[in-house]
Amino acid sequence: MLEFRDIAVRRGDFTLTADLAVPDGARVAVIGASGSGKSTLLALVAGFLPPDRGRILWQGRDLAGVPPGERPLSVLFQDQNLFPHLDVAQNVGLGLRPDLRLDPAQRQRVGEVLTAVGLSGHERRRPASLSGGQQGRVALARVLLRARPILLLDEPFAALGPALKAEMLELVGRIATQTGATVLMVTHDPRDAARFAPQTILIDAGVAHPPRPTRALLADPPPGLRDYLG
Amino acid sequence: MAAGILALGAPRVPALGGALVAGALAALIMGTLAAVAWQAQGLAALGPWDWRAVRFTLWQAALSAALSAVLAIPVARALARRRFPGRGALVTLLGAPFILPVIVAIMGLIAVFGRNGVINETLRAAGLPEFSVYGWQGVILAHVFFNLPLSVRLILQGWQAIPAERFRLADSLGFGPADTARHLERPMLRAVLPGVWLAVFLVCLTSFTVALALGGGPSATTVELAIYQAFRFDFDLGRAAALGLVQIGLSLAAMGLARRIAIPAAFGAGLQAARGPAGPRGWRVAADAMAIALAAVFLLWPVLAVTAAGLPALPALPPEVWQAALRSVLMALASALLALALGLTLALAIARGRGGWIEAAGMLPIVASPLVLGTGLFILLRGWVATDMLALPLTVLINAIMALPFGLRALIPAARTLQADFGRLADSLDLRGPARLRLLVLPRLAPQLGFSGGLAAALGMGDLGVITLFATDSPTLPLKLYQLMGSYRMAEASACAVLLMAISFALFWLFDRGGRLA
Repeated sequence: MLEFRDIAVRRGDFTLTADLAVPDGARVAVIGASGSGKSTLLALVAGFLPPDRGRILWQGRDLAGVPPGERPLSVLFQDQNLFPHLDVAQNVGLGLRPDLRLDPAQRQRVGEVLTAVGLSGHERRRPASLSGGQQGRVALARVLLRARPILLLDEPFAALGPALKAEMLELVGRIATQTGATVLMVTHDPRDAARFAPQTILIDAGVAHPPRPTRALLADPPPGLRDYLG
Repeated sequence: MAAGILALGAPRVPALGGALVAGALAALIMGTLAAVAWQAQGLAALGPWDWRAVRFTLWQAALSAALSAVLAIPVARALARRRFPGRGALVTLLGAPFILPVIVAIMGLIAVFGRNGVINETLRAAGLPEFSVYGWQGVILAHVFFNLPLSVRLILQGWQAIPAERFRLADSLGFGPADTARHLERPMLRAVLPGVWLAVFLVCLTSFTVALALGGGPSATTVELAIYQAFRFDFDLGRAAALGLVQIGLSLAAMGLARRIAIPAAFGAGLQAARGPAGPRGWRVAADAMAIALAAVFLLWPVLAVTAAGLPALPALPPEVWQAALRSVLMALASALLALALGLTLALAIARGRGGWIEAAGMLPIVASPLVLGTGLFILLRGWVATDMLALPLTVLINAIMALPFGLRALIPAARTLQADFGRLADSLDLRGPARLRLLVLPRLAPQLGFSGGLAAALGMGDLGVITLFATDSPTLPLKLYQLMGSYRMAEASACAVLLMAISFALFWLFDRGGRLA
């Protein structure tokens, strides 16, 4: 279980509080107006931002002071998920060993996950020579390889077209099932939430509310969400 | 506290390294300045001769800066509004004096403006009085030679910063050249020129090599040169230190001035803007062509003259010149690597947003002059190490430190971009320590590292500063060249100058090119 216990962050006019829990293996959308703190919520879990108050616990263990790279999670950012100067195999291989000194068995694992996302044969390509969808697949191959118990998605597919985005979400779903990961997905598109996440955390007026069933939430949105959805 | 830092783990290490480097740098420079101040025991040791040096330093810096800035205006305007083949090459060439060894340029100026140069031959033939390249006029000539190109580049940036739409608006309103000057160009110049003047003034304030080679005597001695003379000829450490104190004061006062006037960034900014305004036709085309041609001749002629004089004598250079060249290359490489290591550590720490004081420490070398640092380190170390052992290591160290601010100007923005684009991704993948350096930092910052390393190597190669303080039987190439000049072996000195120039440019080119290919 991932718990936010009495969390508060304040940066000038911006505030965010959260007191909620996400069960293991859940798929949760994080929805709210832009600037409401969706990415901030993820940054707290990822360890990029220390909370001013409160604790974040994973399976009862306090994550305070644990560096981002040692947390039990993988992150996909809005962009810059790949290093442009490294090839596809290297970008994926970083998930196994950050110093890239891979043994033959590990190299084989890299090939396997690339096959799993439909990119076998692209090992030596640089990200710039791939399409947006292919770049997303490389990043997902790394997520699959790392197999961390939490997956944070900070709108990584926002720049893709609807069909491609649906395809990528489907791939995310498969990978999450395979690794048993708990997924937090930031989105500003209620259709993504409805399609992918049975549960949704609504961030409204500086408060991250505990997860509620997505369908019910969208069918009968509270006032803040109704304004946002229009 | 230390245990706390260690417990937090690896992501803190770059910041710790940055703090260490910044602390060491601050301690070195401040400690050295403190040693100078302590040794000086106030300014009582200074006589009328010394105060004359102070007045000359201020006067020549002010005049050099004013001449450079004023002469640069027509050249920059011509380059801004004319397009011609070779324009890009010429603008690039304007950056070259920065890495041209000062002593080489001095050889070139002597070749053109010296007693046997073309200018004086012509004056003699015409029955006119000769121009002496030695004395205050030579010092100012050399300063304008070095700083005119810098000023042109800075003013050109100002011109290109005027939006093209504004020139189009001027055209549509039927502005003539006088109206354009009044409404567009003069306001820009009023904003840019004070910064240009101050940038040149700061450079000329710590002028040593030019004054050493062309100045001297009661009417053309700078404070830096006076430090050298007090140290080297009079063995008067107290007076050298008192002069050092004055130099620090001058630098600090100028920095105080710089806080009020924004100094434009000296290089790197895009000079390849798209089409500028269409220049006015008529006689102004000829005037612009004249400005560009005169500037190009003024800058190229000395370099070509020394090359022509030196090339034939190159094969006959004595072996000790080649030994000096090898020594200088090794020292320049050591200096460049040291500057890169220090600069990269500082830039990465600054990019992570650790304390403005780290950035301030990185810029601290601007306050210190090489001769003041050399004097101070001599005072600090003389009881511990034999002084003739100090010459080469101190030269390497001081050259690395002096090159640091220039390198940081390229490295800090690049490190900030790197941190913003890939910092979180690298953190989330636990990419840290040597692996982060090898897989992320070095590949992404290679162009800036190459550029900074090239600058540091070229500056170190051509430097004739602190080494002159110490008697040494293992001279660097610039010192060897200066010694050859001193014994009037001008053919060998010219050949030496060609060699020095070639190596300096080659070092810069190799680093810069290597960085861009990496």
